[in-house]
Amino acid sequence: MSMRRVAVVGAGMTRFVRRAMETPKELAWHAARMALDSCGLTLKDVGGVCIGSAPDAFDGVHMKGEYLSDGSGAWGKPVMRSYVGGGTGVFLGPHGWYHVASGLFDVVLVVAEEKMSSFHPHAQAAFLTIFDHTTERPLEPNLLWIFALEMNRYMQTYGISKRDIAQVAVKNKRNAADHPCAMLGEASITVEDVLNSEVLAWPVQRLDVSPVSDGAVAIVMAAEGVAERITDRPVWVQGVGWNLDTAYWTNRDLAYPEYVERAARMAYEMAGVREPRKEIHIVEPYDPFDYKELHHLEGLLLADRGKAPELTAQGVTGRGGAMPVCPSGGLLGVGNPIAAAGLMKVAELFWQLRGEAGARQVPGTPERGLAQAWGDLMQVGTVTILGTQRPA
Amino acid sequence: MHPVAIIGVGWSGFRPVTPDVSYKELIYEAAVRAYADAGVDPRRDVDSFVTVSEDFHEGTSIFDEYVPDQIGGAQRPVHTITGDGLHGLAAAAMQILTGRFRVVVVEGHSKASNILTLPHITAYAMDPILNRPLRANPLAVAGLEACRYMHESGTTREQCAAVVVKNRRNALRNPAAAFGADLRTEDVLVSEAVASPLARLEISDHADGAIVLVLADAETAGRLSPRPAWIRGIGWANDSPSLESRSWARAVYAEQAAAMAYKMAGIGNPAEEIQFAEVDDTYAYKELQHLEALGLCSLGRAGPLTVEGATAPDGCLPINVSGGSLGVGHLLEASGLARVLEVVLQLRGQAGSRQLGDVYTGLAQSWRGVPTTSGAVAVLSNQLGGRES
Repeated sequence: MSMRRVAVVGAGMTRFVRRAMETPKELAWHAARMALDSCGLTLKDVGGVCIGSAPDAFDGVHMKGEYLSDGSGAWGKPVMRSYVGGGTGVFLGPHGWYHVASGLFDVVLVVAEEKMSSFHPHAQAAFLTIFDHTTERPLEPNLLWIFALEMNRYMQTYGISKRDIAQVAVKNKRNAADHPCAMLGEASITVEDVLNSEVLAWPVQRLDVSPVSDGAVAIVMAAEGVAERITDRPVWVQGVGWNLDTAYWTNRDLAYPEYVERAARMAYEMAGVREPRKEIHIVEPYDPFDYKELHHLEGLLLADRGKAPELTAQGVTGRGGAMPVCPSGGLLGVGNPIAAAGLMKVAELFWQLRGEAGARQVPGTPERGLAQAWGDLMQVGTVTILGTQRPA
Repeated sequence: MHPVAIIGVGWSGFRPVTPDVSYKELIYEAAVRAYADAGVDPRRDVDSFVTVSEDFHEGTSIFDEYVPDQIGGAQRPVHTITGDGLHGLAAAAMQILTGRFRVVVVEGHSKASNILTLPHITAYAMDPILNRPLRANPLAVAGLEACRYMHESGTTREQCAAVVVKNRRNALRNPAAAFGADLRTEDVLVSEAVASPLARLEISDHADGAIVLVLADAETAGRLSPRPAWIRGIGWANDSPSLESRSWARAVYAEQAAAMAYKMAGIGNPAEEIQFAEVDDTYAYKELQHLEALGLCSLGRAGPLTVEGATAPDGCLPINVSGGSLGVGHLLEASGLARVLEVVLQLRGQAGSRQLGDVYTGLAQSWRGVPTTSGAVAVLSNQLGGRES
């Protein structure tokens, strides 16, 4: 069956900051407006709106999709909010894609917003309610603890050191120094800085972790035939994939994200990618923690198991390397307003593939990039593959 | 629109309280029935799963975490739509329409009995800056809207009460319904005033339950199902989320959602072409407001038609034969799926003692409740392209 092809034609992004003065609706509208302006469209051109936002608890609003709808440009329009925890931002790739590929919409506005500073002093209080109410919540688990467990398991399984992992934080925070929207860009940060930062839950230290941020990102997606009229440089959705593992994270192999591999295989198959290491030119994997970038590169089949740290050490994943990873600066450097951070990765591919990434532009002429996010109780993988070539 | 069919339905419930089962068990029971009905194995035949939920109703952040196991979706594509079940149905239909998915499942459920103070939860859906400080109870907002609708349409309290009498009586013939009753208009009017003009019996009570639907593309439906219910059109829309700038008299969201669904279904004259409908009746006046918004009658006519019996099961336009939310029980995000479930059962001729004669096109409509202006509409038929084809 022939599919209707879908392209990204515009993108916009607010600065990622702590304690934005804007309301969530206003953040959403800033990003939406920038995305529309970037491709010369107005709300009149938009058929439907797709919203992505992580738990309602962050904004402190029940039915957050309803609340965000007018700010996202959806007044009087069909609007649908999708949601897979931390995987939400990159899931907006598939979500927007199926709106347009179905034939129901020619142009959709896709908006991701998160205002995490509504939680004071920290959103960890909301994270307690992601755990099973009977078996886990009475233990008052903290997200940092379970990520510490996973990081430990990853390090122990493959003999990886803290120093190996700290390089990721250094790379991404340095990359973010070139991003005008970044919250924690730091051109002079060193591995020693990371290793000497405050211990939060061993082996997780302060600089291994992305900051709590507020922000919004939006993209415009359009159908083939329409996209070419909007811009002469549409960036095509070549593949999408998503996968949700069992709720029982305690039974999972913490050293390897199988759900990420399954999501990636789904997206590679759709994109016709047989050798991802050769055919993916830029990667924006999900990096709320530095070890997760490594974990995810392996799950995406872009590195052998336990070998992603070597790629980082060899500079392969640097902005000028053979496989640039998080040239944006990622969550570690740009910030982590959860759903917005995921869609930021999709937007970054759009800018990079059009050569519009300014000081953070990767060299050469990359033709295909992959964005990935992860979330829920360490169980969801979402993948969006964009490329300059119109899919066959 | 290329044809997408509902080829399997399963449900569990619907009861006011279900202390004997967890939400996972409710979903599991509904899923097992739906898969048996469709003749599919979720681990082998289902390409994608959509679940609809809202975190505050579940008491769990990122609730979709807890969905994959009991629907057979672990390590498969699963995602959440935070909307009514009809929004989830639309998401599933869109996935099939891309051509990359053959069978997609949508799940919705309610464990409302776990929520001790639902109005307090609903109050958190009010604008946090402008409205929440007013500490308005959601039912008070519904009462204000009812006033405005009745004022502009000329609808009377007796006409609203007639909706309650009809729907709760219909529910007596629905074995799954929680709130069947044989009432008189007077019983409704003298029930406790909750938020004027709304009386206790005009407000649907909540029930627990789960609904799972299996959707398929035309080829798969033709192979698996002797009685596919075709989704001929689907639409959804929002008016303003702000209390200050929305329409208080008209259900603009339902008008726009219906326009989208009718266009897709090629329906030019809904009052002629829609034979029966299951519409949102969270409050009695909403059924009337929605019938008018859907173009099934003109403004101010829904009330008189109800009193005359036109919307009764033996009338010319049967509405909420299932009992609706007033009779079945309001199922939170699964409410729209409950409306779809009844339309499918009627189109298949499986509605038992409440079966309507010779029906081939029905409509399901949902609204997400106060304080939202979010609604969706689906037009279903047991014949591809309507009766003519």
